[in-house]
Amino acid sequence: MRVTFTVNGRRTEADDVWEGESLLYVLRERLGLPGSKNACEQGECGSCTVYLDGATVCACLVAAGQAQGRDVRTVEGLAAGERLAPVQQAFLDAGAVQCGFCTPGLLVQAHALLAATPRPSDADIREALSGNLCRCTGYEKIMDAVRLAAGRRAGAETDPAGAEGAS
Amino acid sequence: MADTTPGTPAGLPHTTVSAPGGVGTSAARPDGVLKVRGAFAFGSDLWHEDMLWGTTLRSPHPRARILAIDITEAVALPGVHAVLTHEDIPGEKFYGLEITDQPVLAIDRVRYHGEPVAIVAADHPETARRAAARIAVEYEVMAPITDAAEAADTGANGHVHEPGEYKAREAGNVVHRQRVVAGLGVTDEVRALADVVVRHEYEVGMQDQAFLGPESGLAVPAEDGGVDLYVATQWMHADQRQMCPVLGLPPEKVRLTLAGVGGAFGGREDISMQVHACLLALHTGRPVKIVYSREESFFGHVHRHPARLAYEHGATRDGRLVYVGARISLDGGAYASTSAAVVGNAASLGVGPYVVPHVAVEAAAYYTNNPPCGAMRGFGAVQACFAYESQMDRLAAALGMDPVELRCRNALQEGSVLPTGQVVDAPAPVAELLRRVRDMPLPPPADADPRNFPGGVANATRGEGVVRGVGYAVGVKNVGFSEGFDDYSTARVRLEAVGGEPVAEVHTAAAEVGQGGVTVHEQIVRTELGVGRVTGRPADTGVGSAGSTSASRQTYVTGGAVKTACEAVRAAVFERGMRRYGWSADVVSGLVLTAGKVVARDGLVVAELADLLDGAAIEETRVFRHRPTRALDPATGQGFAHVQHTFCAHRAVVDVDTELGLVKVVELAAAQDAGLMVNPAAVLGQVHGGSAQGLGLAVMEEIVVADARVRNPSFTDYLIPTILDTPPMRVDVLECPDPHAPYGLRGVGEASALSATPAVVAAIRAATGLPLRRVPVRPEHLTGT
Ligand code: FES
Ligand code: FES
Repeated sequence: MRVTFTVNGRRTEADDVWEGESLLYVLRERLGLPGSKNACEQGECGSCTVYLDGATVCACLVAAGQAQGRDVRTVEGLAAGERLAPVQQAFLDAGAVQCGFCTPGLLVQAHALLAATPRPSDADIREALSGNLCRCTGYEKIMDAVRLAAGRRAGAETDPAGAEGAS
Repeated sequence: MADTTPGTPAGLPHTTVSAPGGVGTSAARPDGVLKVRGAFAFGSDLWHEDMLWGTTLRSPHPRARILAIDITEAVALPGVHAVLTHEDIPGEKFYGLEITDQPVLAIDRVRYHGEPVAIVAADHPETARRAAARIAVEYEVMAPITDAAEAADTGANGHVHEPGEYKAREAGNVVHRQRVVAGLGVTDEVRALADVVVRHEYEVGMQDQAFLGPESGLAVPAEDGGVDLYVATQWMHADQRQMCPVLGLPPEKVRLTLAGVGGAFGGREDISMQVHACLLALHTGRPVKIVYSREESFFGHVHRHPARLAYEHGATRDGRLVYVGARISLDGGAYASTSAAVVGNAASLGVGPYVVPHVAVEAAAYYTNNPPCGAMRGFGAVQACFAYESQMDRLAAALGMDPVELRCRNALQEGSVLPTGQVVDAPAPVAELLRRVRDMPLPPPADADPRNFPGGVANATRGEGVVRGVGYAVGVKNVGFSEGFDDYSTARVRLEAVGGEPVAEVHTAAAEVGQGGVTVHEQIVRTELGVGRVTGRPADTGVGSAGSTSASRQTYVTGGAVKTACEAVRAAVFERGMRRYGWSADVVSGLVLTAGKVVARDGLVVAELADLLDGAAIEETRVFRHRPTRALDPATGQGFAHVQHTFCAHRAVVDVDTELGLVKVVELAAAQDAGLMVNPAAVLGQVHGGSAQGLGLAVMEEIVVADARVRNPSFTDYLIPTILDTPPMRVDVLECPDPHAPYGLRGVGEASALSATPAVVAAIRAATGLPLRRVPVRPEHLTGT
């Protein structure tokens, strides 16, 4: 079958898709967007998290056909060209990236958290990211990264010169 | 040709200067931007025009004879390009990291649940899986040997490998056995010297590395009849060494390049899909990609050895250890992997970071029909640490003494003698680490937010039935490969001027598995050569071996090789200066390279590096070896086995819901000695990650093996800590330089994975008063159900 949908703002078609293929497989293997990761393909680890019509989902649990006519945004669509999204920059600055396999899924989930809850408490962050496994970091630096991104955002709101500030 | 240079001799002054992005700074990861963009190519992301997908058919039985394999129906499926069994292997049919006992594909029998039997290549992964399901294998099922105790009785249960079949180090089902005897050993006479004796048995379940990036790689057949393999692994040269005889090809025709590695923790030290992908690629003449599913990943790599440990500690009334006796029995599973080295570690580190006059430790690993066990972070030291630290708490209780105080009284220090007779010839701040975690402020009591109670968002309690406990532990791990292993690494460093600016390139075969080695190598080059622009070449077998990314050794050994190669480059730079400007040896001895310039010690710029290079490149390759170690004496375990030791102490605070048996780890504080933090952010990352894995072993992580069958090969049923299970972690890092190591550094990757487990369990015991002799601690252990 053919699936037509929007991926990172661009109208996209995938041909010869099997009925059983997941959105994750189509993104990774047919569209050349391997950013969303394949750590379990069972909805358990969150590494494949993408936006589907603005809500985060595990792309491995979405049948490719379900994406027909809908809007998908992946980790590749978070940065604005050369400019990283604040949450991406914060992950780098906080040292939250080790092997980086969990990173794309965590970034999309953290991006969604900060869009909905600009000033999350630690408990909010933990709850929001509880579906994303990371085996390397022990999560400490991931907490730091999300706090940093939130802090910078708050700094930018109150003090136009303070965007670099909070760290 | 590479030179061989021994490690930095003790006391030699370092001719290094601090450099921006150099040693000691939290320099940014060179792969970081690609990783946050989703543009970094992990093994499973590789793609090649015309590529096929490979998959593996695995045994559903832990022990069976293979009577027949029929591939007819599988081959007939449209889209299938190859179905291979052991008959299609051109060369040797066995491989192995230490002992060549593992079939590439099962021959006449299978020895564990999940053993590879046949491989398939097809044009779609689903086609490959369907074809594999159509391979008909006729088995004659046999009763499996399910634990080490059974394995010891070969008379009743038979052999996992027939006697004489392969070269196991010992006879019967024993892979390897090591004794360590110090002082008088443990005799009645020695027992009589102790006022207090505690004797208990402990058990450690089978833990999995559970790295997130599945085993994966892409094999591309080459025109010269060889193959290029792009793969996520820990040690390309060891893979290559094992693969060449199987493929019947010389090393120059089996070229490996490191693909992005999504975590390793020991699980990628043995070969998984490497040789299968190459066999399929060479057979079909097409590129073949293999990516394990999560289930297959659980079958495709070795696990941490489950262990039974019987310990006896004796001490005087004032809390001095008199003796320690221990019997450690490790279940090695169906194939040897690194079991022998794990045994060596468990035996030599079996009493922990303590001074003990009389010791008798015996550790052994057995072949069984359980999944093969091998390397995992902590490597034999983890199991022992759980037991000896539990014992130290028991002893403290028996003596009515504070558990930290008891540990400090017996703590190893520089100059102490280990049970192996080895003298500790570097700082060993064991007592200091313990005091530091003890003196950190305790976390406040749980607030009213139910998310912070055990059970968390499940809202299982509002605080009723919840008790808090605090526990401590400390551990010791060796750094590098021990017991006489020729542990070396190779690095090539190139310096040239591009556009009037000096740039450096560093090339090693060291696997970056997430730990940050790529960052560290660039930092060393910046520091040694005073060059800002440094790039790392992709790791491949085009340069000599770097050894494995394991045993906390890469910063030490490959870092040492990079440093040594830089020193050779620097010497060549100065030589040019001598030729060109007539610098005397005296002048040169006072020069350093910094900020792209050659500078005298008084700060005077003597030359621009770019001018001196004058369009030519300087390239040097060097091999670095740490001081030689020696094999342990088989009967007494005496010998200089370990080149360096690394220590970490933990304090755990837990809340336990005693009604439901739920544990919430409230805080995990750590103190570790890094010798020198080459990259402070990376050091912290290692301590955090290791601590979280130790927490996992304490309360949730176990591969459940029943009747030698794996019951939980998924992330639904094998639980690793989520961000909700993992508490805030306070970390204190000491820097006590080791005079024998480059920059005085100490390997840091593993120590934190040892003591977190006993600290968490000690805290649960403190909260509940229960004995808890097995990890992981499960709810039923806490509720008595
Ligand atoms: S890969 Fe989709 S949740 Fe794990
Ligand atoms: S950084 Fe490796 S899994 Fe998170």
